[in-house]
Amino acid sequence: MATQHSRSAARIMMAPAVFLLLVWMLVPLCMTLWFSVRDFRPLRGGDLGFVGLENFGRFVSSSAFWPAVATTLVIVGGVLLISIVLGVMLAILLDQPMWGQGVVRILVIAPFFVMPTVSALVWKNMFMDPVNGVFSYIWQFFGADPVVWLSEMPVFSIIMIVSWQWLPFATLILLTAIQSLDSEQLEAAEMDGAGPLSRFGFITLPHLSRAITIVILIQTIFLLAVFAEIFVTTGGAFGTRTLTYLIYQRVLESQNVGLGSAGGVYAIILANIVAIFLMRIVGKNLDK
Amino acid sequence: MARAVTNQRKALNTALAWIVGLAIFFPILWTILTSFKTEADAIANPPILFAFDWTLENYSEVMERSNYGRFLSNSILIAGGSTILGIIIAVPAAWSMAFVPSRRTKDILLWMLSTKMLPAVGVLYPIYLLCIRLGVLDNRLAMVVILMLINLPIIVWMLYTYFKEIPGEILEAARMDGASLKEEILYVLTPMAIPGIASTLLLNFILAWNEAFWTLNLTSVDAAPLTQFIASYSSPEGLFFAKLSAASTMAIAPILILGWFSQKQLVRGLTFGAVK
Repeated sequence: MATQHSRSAARIMMAPAVFLLLVWMLVPLCMTLWFSVRDFRPLRGGDLGFVGLENFGRFVSSSAFWPAVATTLVIVGGVLLISIVLGVMLAILLDQPMWGQGVVRILVIAPFFVMPTVSALVWKNMFMDPVNGVFSYIWQFFGADPVVWLSEMPVFSIIMIVSWQWLPFATLILLTAIQSLDSEQLEAAEMDGAGPLSRFGFITLPHLSRAITIVILIQTIFLLAVFAEIFVTTGGAFGTRTLTYLIYQRVLESQNVGLGSAGGVYAIILANIVAIFLMRIVGKNLDK
Repeated sequence: MARAVTNQRKALNTALAWIVGLAIFFPILWTILTSFKTEADAIANPPILFAFDWTLENYSEVMERSNYGRFLSNSILIAGGSTILGIIIAVPAAWSMAFVPSRRTKDILLWMLSTKMLPAVGVLYPIYLLCIRLGVLDNRLAMVVILMLINLPIIVWMLYTYFKEIPGEILEAARMDGASLKEEILYVLTPMAIPGIASTLLLNFILAWNEAFWTLNLTSVDAAPLTQFIASYSSPEGLFFAKLSAASTMAIAPILILGWFSQKQLVRGLTFGAVK
């Protein structure tokens, strides 16, 4: 169908995008790989030569590594759990007939559009501040001692802030998926005497499984890279240093580029493991 | 049978949904309200929801002190510039992938997606170093290019899924009528693709506006957008709640309004067409 002429035209039209992305991906990637095998400290002597895989070993054996891995897993896992469980419940609720559905949808989706630095600062100061924050008023109202959120339960606080930003995303996607569910199937099940719980467990949830998988994969990739929320609230203190933040500190704060780059290679491998699963789903969808 | 309870259940759903919706929206509402309070009212105990002396003082003070205009224009320039540049590069690519697919099209699309999955922190130093060497650290044009590259995969993908929905028969008919490739794109395809291009534009403007890893690490003064403006309030200065709220409201208001228009496209854009 396509002529030779349009084929070569197509190739030319694709070229700029492909070329730019190729350069954008390969050049920094090669540089990171190069730095990761060198002892490179810009502020202390510069490039001190080839050190083999030493940086990779040192990055993993440093005392900060395993806590950072644990923090990363807790934050990613916590946000996923909250946003999926509440997201499914919210999506089902928003799918019911009601008055003012459009407005409620807008209210629910709004946090996703808030700049990460703004949401982190607003939560940190206006809600979690132990003296003047909204939470401290609520605690005082019930006669409890206000919690110093960001130093007493720092990881939980960050999970809360990040969940607030990502719950709307999960809800919106799950709601879109729920709306494609055939309501006749649910009605038939109801007539056959299936209660609300079994209708949810045997019809709604299986129908949502694909959307849930996609939400998990996409969010995982973004959550592994959470940065601004930590940068603005705790600056990595109180055990809130994630893998991403640890690498950032190695590279830009202590300017140990070799070590940080080795960490970067680990982060790339980790993200790729998640990405492979996501790509498989997306790829299957392309064939349809 | 179900009809009889409908109204009662509907009322219950409505009440529940509104409570949950308002709870989720509350931090934003609280920020907007606080921005119109005096500093004393902002930290009043018990908190005042509406019955305070409304004032615009915080806005004028924030504008005076922190050169808000420069941050705002940087944000508009960086988000707008990167989006438009991205669209210009992505439209031809998405067009050719949608209408002249080859065996490799799927691989190219998935590969583009994979570049988006690359963790930014993994390539932070190389990009930082390149910016220094090229003398473009804290440079607006460099930020336009970098944010364009970050969002290019999403732009190509969104446009691709929109173009895919345009029936190929129309193009064939135009071709039969003797339309050249250029005419085909200009007069047949473009008018049909405008809604898709518009929503791509909107969503990517939002994503670029809120981008906070590269803008925080690669800008300081000259090219600093609103993400930096807000981050500068994380110092003890941030304890002035009313001013912090005014600054926050100014940073999120434009995008909140745009965002409400684009919620439908959000799903398509962020799931790469896997959920529709």
